[in-house]
Amino acid sequence: MNASTTKETAIKTGFLVVALASIVILAMIVVFLFREGLPIFRKVSVRDFLLGRYWYPTADPPDFGIFPLIVGSVVVTLLSCVIAVPLGVLSAVYVSEIAGSRMKEILKPAIELLASLPSVVIGFFGMVVVAPTLQEWFDIPTGLNVLNASIMLALMAIPTISSISEDALHGVRRELREASLALGATRWETISRVMIPAALSGLSTAVILGMSRAIGETMVVLMVAGGAAAIPESIFDACRPMPASIAAEMAEAPFRGDHYHALFATGVVLFMMTLAFNLVADMIAAKYKQVGTATL
Amino acid sequence: MSTSAKMETRNMSFYYGESKALENISIAFQACRVTSLIGPSGCGKSTFLRTLNRMNDIIAGTRVEGEVLLDGRSIYDADVDVVDIRRRVGMVFQKPNPFPKTIFNDVAYGLRIRGLRNRTELYDRVEASLKAAAIWDEVKDRLNESALGLSGGQQQRVCIARALAVEPEVLLMDEPASALDPIATQKIEELIRALRDRYTIIIVTHNMQQAARISDETAFLYMGKLVEVGKTDMIFTKPSCRRTEDYITGRFG
Repeated sequence: MNASTTKETAIKTGFLVVALASIVILAMIVVFLFREGLPIFRKVSVRDFLLGRYWYPTADPPDFGIFPLIVGSVVVTLLSCVIAVPLGVLSAVYVSEIAGSRMKEILKPAIELLASLPSVVIGFFGMVVVAPTLQEWFDIPTGLNVLNASIMLALMAIPTISSISEDALHGVRRELREASLALGATRWETISRVMIPAALSGLSTAVILGMSRAIGETMVVLMVAGGAAAIPESIFDACRPMPASIAAEMAEAPFRGDHYHALFATGVVLFMMTLAFNLVADMIAAKYKQVGTATL
Repeated sequence: MSTSAKMETRNMSFYYGESKALENISIAFQACRVTSLIGPSGCGKSTFLRTLNRMNDIIAGTRVEGEVLLDGRSIYDADVDVVDIRRRVGMVFQKPNPFPKTIFNDVAYGLRIRGLRNRTELYDRVEASLKAAAIWDEVKDRLNESALGLSGGQQQRVCIARALAVEPEVLLMDEPASALDPIATQKIEELIRALRDRYTIIIVTHNMQQAARISDETAFLYMGKLVEVGKTDMIFTKPSCRRTEDYITGRFG
């Protein structure tokens, strides 16, 4: 009796430690990120850092304005969403509502396999295949630009959006689909007027998590966005999203120098943005669950 | 077999893949009558009901043999539009299943997909349907709220209103009160009795007393076969089959 209680407690504690480990590591990384990032604000104001239009960290005197980098990140993320959201959501609708079981067996793993492509492979594909094609089609000086990066990021976001969307559609109660069909609605009317509205919060979560994936992605934007730290004026301009800037410059930034701190501060900004995306996704998911139980 | 039947099946069998769920069922439903389908769990009552508006079509691997007639026309013919059949043969499900929409939009759904756009007409039809389903007084001040905030019994009456809104000729009800408390059940039963004047109602029920209270005719199904069908009072007082009697008196099932 006593021995088994001791064992029970030991097991419980063991699992607790394992579970806490990830929280502790997360906390340590966040603390480190802020500790290394915040010193830059002794040199530049938060306002100048976020809204400054010039990023010349190695010039003399240096300019630490990351506004072009933020714009670069936001633009490629939004454009990749424009591409990935319809593709991701509609493929989920097809897989969940329309496809026969054989088609489903082929499509579902294929979409999930897309997620298993290493980002460097996608970046490579963007550089070698997509860039020359864009250059030729649109007669532009370089194919390494906002559009290319957005297409590649969309490829990475589609599996996330598609599989979460499919779960959301799958979670809509069968009774709702039947109720709609029984009222004489066609399959398309049922999908567009009942299934999609009922799954809307789940679909929003899918989109936000897809965006969060796109905005934090580094390798692809490093390889195909073109790298110019200027505010892009068209989708054919090169840009330099935040993760690309950090990855490209960190190795050459002097340890604990201003440039180094500025890159960490950029990391803080990026972290805040992805955190915000995830919090919003969580909030929507929580609300969705509430409605779910109220339905029962 | 009466030719004036609103709906009837002739030698109808139904398969889920290879397994036969219904065998050779012939039954006629007269217009403006309530018919109860009773029988033990798994006897095929719900499956039978769902063959009458082709709801089983959405389950892969199912197959119907024999005929199902609506006003003398087979509903499984190749040139028949299944959407049209479901418009004429409405259905109310076991669990209340309101859409995650406002009460108004829920009831208006079937009208809108038929292309009715005029606000005034929509409103009038929704009001009439909610009144016919005896739920108007309880929801008239909250038409723009979600039906999910209503009680189960109220939700079910909204679902009935939704089915009535599109003016079906036949109304199929699959244990519409089984998820409800006794008071809500009583309201649904009163409603069914009131609706009998205008609709042909076919109701699946587990509850023998309910069948006795609300139906004109009762059919007893057992193991996918129709054992006996007749006037409700006859079935409950002088069933001609031993098995029906055993079931009704609670000896099995």
